[in-house]
Amino acid sequence: MSGPGDRSTAAAARGGGRAARWALTGLALLFLGCFLLIPLAAVFGQALGEGVGAYWRAIADPDTLAALRLTALTAVVAVPLNTLVGLAAAWAIARFRFPGRRLLVALIDLPFTVSPVVAGLVFVLLFGAQSALGPWLSEHGVRILFAVPGIILATLFVTAPFVARELIPVMQEQGIEEEQAALALGATGWQTFWRVTLPNIRWALLYGVVLLNARAIGEFGAVSIVSGHIRGQTNTAPLHVEILYNEYSFAAAFAVASVLAAAALVTLAAKAVIGRRVGT
Amino acid sequence: MRGPSAPTQPRRRVLPGFRLTLGITTAYVGLLIVAPLAVLALRAARMGPSEVLAAVSSERVLAAAGLSFGASLAAALTNAVFGLLVAWVLVRYRFPGRRLVDACVDLPFALPTSVAGIALTAVYAPTGWLGAPLAAAGAQAAFTRLGVVIALTFVGLPFVVRAVQPVLEDLDPEVEDAAASLGASRAQTFRRVLLPSILPALLTGFTLAFARALGEYGSVIFISGNLPLRTEVVPLLIVARLEQYDYDGATAIAAVMLALSFGLLIAINGLQAWSRRREVMP
Repeated sequence: MSGPGDRSTAAAARGGGRAARWALTGLALLFLGCFLLIPLAAVFGQALGEGVGAYWRAIADPDTLAALRLTALTAVVAVPLNTLVGLAAAWAIARFRFPGRRLLVALIDLPFTVSPVVAGLVFVLLFGAQSALGPWLSEHGVRILFAVPGIILATLFVTAPFVARELIPVMQEQGIEEEQAALALGATGWQTFWRVTLPNIRWALLYGVVLLNARAIGEFGAVSIVSGHIRGQTNTAPLHVEILYNEYSFAAAFAVASVLAAAALVTLAAKAVIGRRVGT
Repeated sequence: MRGPSAPTQPRRRVLPGFRLTLGITTAYVGLLIVAPLAVLALRAARMGPSEVLAAVSSERVLAAAGLSFGASLAAALTNAVFGLLVAWVLVRYRFPGRRLVDACVDLPFALPTSVAGIALTAVYAPTGWLGAPLAAAGAQAAFTRLGVVIALTFVGLPFVVRAVQPVLEDLDPEVEDAAASLGASRAQTFRRVLLPSILPALLTGFTLAFARALGEYGSVIFISGNLPLRTEVVPLLIVARLEQYDYDGATAIAAVMLALSFGLLIAINGLQAWSRRREVMP
């Protein structure tokens, strides 16, 4: 973002002229086109492949609506919870030094490198019928696996790092002088947080929340394992796409996919707008 | 996790909320992340090393491991080359629609993997928009190992671009000008001046893309066709074992993958620390 104008002219002089620039730009756009834009266009093209009527019927199908509702419910629980914990984690990690701090950062980041399938499996091992907890749970009529709580737990696991990861570097960069000043002037801890810290980190926080929300809506692997795929009950929208596709209801699968793709485009727009402000 | 540029003083605990926030964080991380993963590790430990080894050394698992490893490596290498190219074009050149293209790079982060999976399958199937010309050229993409590489390239695409982009933005073009005016060719300037500065970021992006590809499930299972011994990836095998109620088999494969994730996480942290040290060097 810094000094674009003079740099590009200098780069042109250095880069050996227009031909190289056009060739490199063309190659980069060709790559992005083949991997991103054409598949994205295909989602909408295939969704409308059998006409607008079929598209609306697929969206208005009760199972589709139930799947979209469950996806919304999952996000409504996972996003606020992981945002609050992310804030707490960033406060502890970026504002204090304590033994085991780096280990804690690594553990929060761990879900990023663990396969979603492994994330789903651990909850099956923890709550499944073959587990130590399993018999007790079924005796007391508590359903976690193949039910909504399992879906939410798996989603919480895979989305745990997003907010803390965005906030920690920003809060470390900003230092604690402003907060110390507020406290010295007699503000309480909460006042300091609401009036000093939060305004300073709001764009980074929003950025993390947007990414967290996108992943909470879109998680497939981990949720697929704990869901049990019961239509109308434990089927989220990304899982419903798979079910419809495997039944060869291609247009319907792409219709549901187009709703999720539209949500992804909103995410990208929000990310681009917020991303420009994070640095400032 | 902190670069030397950030202001660090030995801190007295002047700010409030340390116990509260640390308590919440450790309890949450302990219950949600550490305990479930520990259950997996304990279960694998109870099986014993020889049984775990037996479960992961069947012909089908080894074939899947070979494919997962090879395809992830191919995808991460593709992303290293083209991700660097995309970052370069986005940072150094100005063209209409640049910001739009920049925003699109994150699509794989935002799009649910099942949506990506069916979209890539539709595009690269023998009758698809790109699959048809490929098939005419004699290369079938969907339902082959090439399809697996395509899906894994898609999911890893943003990592290299986003790792390299800020480093390129901070590079002073005058250094390149100086190299050029001292008689360096463009290839020499790239190899001796640019590459050393961006190498840590490039390796970080490569490793992130590789780690993501290794564990990827949703976008692969549609395009790969899931033929045993041919186009099955390791995460799919875990699902297959679970569907047969073979919990030990699933646990053994997952435990090995988890150990790999730990290793990659350590590597990524090391690379990021190296990146940051590079950034503050004059």
